[in-house]
Amino acid sequence: METFDLLAQGLISALQVHNLIYALIGVTLGTAVGVLPGIGPALTVALLLPVTYKLDPAGSLIMFAGIYYGGMYGGSTTSILLNTPGESASIVTALEGNKMARQGRGGPALATAAIGSFVAGLLATLGLAFIAPFVVKFALAFGPWDYFALMVLAFVTVSAAFGDSALRGLTALFIGLGLGLIGIDLQTGQTRLAFGIMDLLDGIEVTTMAVALFAIGETLKTASDRDQVNAEVTAVKGSVWMTLEDWKRSWAAWLRGTFIGFPIGAMPAGGADVASFLSYSAEKSFSKKPEEFGHGAIEGVAGPEAANNASAAGTLVPLLTLGLPTTATAAIMLAGFQQFGLQPGPLLFANNAPLVWALIASLLVANFMLLVLNLPLIGLWVRLLTIPKHWLYAGILTFATLGTLGANGAMSMGFGPVRISFELVLLLAFGVLGYLLRRFGYPIAPVVVGLILGPMAEQQLRRALAISQGDLLVLVQSPVSIVLYVVAIVAVGLPVIMRMRGKGGVLSQLATDED
Amino acid sequence: MNKLLLAALVTGALFTPALAADYTIMAPAGPGGGWDQTARTMQDAMQTEGISGNVQVTNVPGAGGTIGLAQFATQENGNPNALIVGGYVMVGAILTNMSPVSLDNVTPIARLTGEAVALVVPANSDIMTVDDLVAKLKADTGAVAWAGGSAGGVDHIAAGLIAKAVGLDPTQVNYIAYSGGGEALAAILGGQVTVGVSGVSEFASQIEAGELRLLAVSTDTRVPGFDAPTLMEAGVDVAVQNWRMVAAAPGITDEQKAAITADVKAMATSATWKTALETKGWVDTYLDGDAFAAQLAADTEATEAILKDIGLVQ
Repeated sequence: METFDLLAQGLISALQVHNLIYALIGVTLGTAVGVLPGIGPALTVALLLPVTYKLDPAGSLIMFAGIYYGGMYGGSTTSILLNTPGESASIVTALEGNKMARQGRGGPALATAAIGSFVAGLLATLGLAFIAPFVVKFALAFGPWDYFALMVLAFVTVSAAFGDSALRGLTALFIGLGLGLIGIDLQTGQTRLAFGIMDLLDGIEVTTMAVALFAIGETLKTASDRDQVNAEVTAVKGSVWMTLEDWKRSWAAWLRGTFIGFPIGAMPAGGADVASFLSYSAEKSFSKKPEEFGHGAIEGVAGPEAANNASAAGTLVPLLTLGLPTTATAAIMLAGFQQFGLQPGPLLFANNAPLVWALIASLLVANFMLLVLNLPLIGLWVRLLTIPKHWLYAGILTFATLGTLGANGAMSMGFGPVRISFELVLLLAFGVLGYLLRRFGYPIAPVVVGLILGPMAEQQLRRALAISQGDLLVLVQSPVSIVLYVVAIVAVGLPVIMRMRGKGGVLSQLATDED
Repeated sequence: MNKLLLAALVTGALFTPALAADYTIMAPAGPGGGWDQTARTMQDAMQTEGISGNVQVTNVPGAGGTIGLAQFATQENGNPNALIVGGYVMVGAILTNMSPVSLDNVTPIARLTGEAVALVVPANSDIMTVDDLVAKLKADTGAVAWAGGSAGGVDHIAAGLIAKAVGLDPTQVNYIAYSGGGEALAAILGGQVTVGVSGVSEFASQIEAGELRLLAVSTDTRVPGFDAPTLMEAGVDVAVQNWRMVAAAPGITDEQKAAITADVKAMATSATWKTALETKGWVDTYLDGDAFAAQLAADTEATEAILKDIGLVQ
């Protein structure tokens, strides 16, 4: 098969020493920036662009791809250990991962995240090599009406997956939806709910919100509770490595995560966060032990982590085949291509085949490197949890503040001569919100879900209705949207049927208490 | 703890204050976009050509550049080392966002580059020429869905101007805003909208591959390398282009302004800059002094008029 030949040639090129070094630099940098909240792969690649101008195209593109993959890996580490998601795609990982870490199962959680990312990255990269043209056709066929149906599915399944009380879950979701309305409306350019504050014009940054709710909120909760301050944390209970049971529960989740993540990543308006939400709800419904969700279920880490890595590879499908960047990082990689006079698009595979295949092959190499780099470090990472609480939480606070300032450190608020960063004020305000939500038993995750999915759903709905000139039927006319709505109805209906058949016991155990 | 150390180094590198910066250029947008690339290309050209020893680029993203502009105008007053990149999109954003700060609050130095807006349809569309498009618009204006960048930007303005020029009501234009040319491109290729309107470079590779048909370009001259008429040639009396500029801080003296203009001009005529323009496909539209001031005033006035016509500005 021709593809195999090309891939083999690409591998030979990627395995050259200097390309291996670029890949190593890329994955190391990527992991580092993935760990830090706020500083993402997009900013890193942008900073490196002028530097790489003097390097050869293949080498620098390989490095960029390494940063991208590395960023997806790194985000999971802080999510699991510190409950501080570094990227929006690893928010879901914090839910089960941090619960595991607190039960002394941080090792297996990190391992399943790392191996899951590897498996997903491997399969998705092979998918990129072999089925990219088909995937891209499928992704392009998605109209705004289909995206809206996808968002409805995500809302329905995700809200069903969180919390024991529908009222509390919905309250949290609506807080997120409300906050999602803030800022300039894309369709009309008008400002909504910004109250004349310039910094609110662009809406609320998802990572600031997530870090505040998870990390700051949790720090406040811990500090306010004497029992928690004095509670002993078991850093490691049992083996640091995954048990046979862990493997059994993880492998299917990795595969499901990959199959959810890859196509969603390839969609122009998809994204790793949506993929990770959907994967989480899928795992919860497929799990044989749904009662463990909310208390450290390993599937809840394995699935979403695989999904976000597969989605990173999926993003490269439209980038390489159409020249269509679907994430900030992809947009900057596109600028990187252009810097070397390469035009990604339908002609890239024809005009620059050796370079493209070297890039795809180096993704396989980078993926392998990340695994080798991350697995031995797990033993070291979990020791973070043995740090005494007051130091650990002081560290988390510093970390969260630094990351927020790094992402948006503009000192834009002034009181006389004193200038402070508005983003930090937001961080602290939402931190207090996070504390109050925890204190009164409201789940945290739906707030973030609402903030991410709300604006997406709104834009897609309005685009669909604008194109149809107000005809609501457009929403249910495409086969894809019909299928998605059916899945959504089944997802809502099944629990009701189960309850009527007397299986309510299982459902009440689904109750998640995020503290 | 190797990675923590690295993380610390990365953080350190990002937060290191500019110690001996000759110029600090603010890109009022996130990394990767046109303004950011313009700022970073300027940085490279100024350093390579020895115009400035040390140039720093800062990003202040948001709201069509108005967040960065407001911050720049209030915090850099009188600073002869501070520059900000901006462009046509900012003119529209200042109006639609009712920004408290406008380009009058900074010192515009020069226009640097320009880009034509392209009108494209998918290859399988029955629209072959601008005339076909106009006929469709006249039959039912709302039935033609336009996809382009954010509302009130140059893409939207071009769509409004075309409708107005052929005698239709610009408020009836069914414009679907996407967050960037890339996302709009997907909707056009997927056949979900009728026509795409965005910068030529956004569509260049698809036009070349024959997946999109270029109907016309919006500038008053044809774009080299593309076999398409201008809107004027196609019988629609519209000429508009997206341009990028550089401005200095408010409150600087005339001598300081002259010195900055000289540096920018040296940069814009340098070999490094010209080579960069070529690789990026940007068109050199350098204009400074009174000519630029007049152009800016005219553009602002025309933009305000069309945004009122479209109904985005009251």
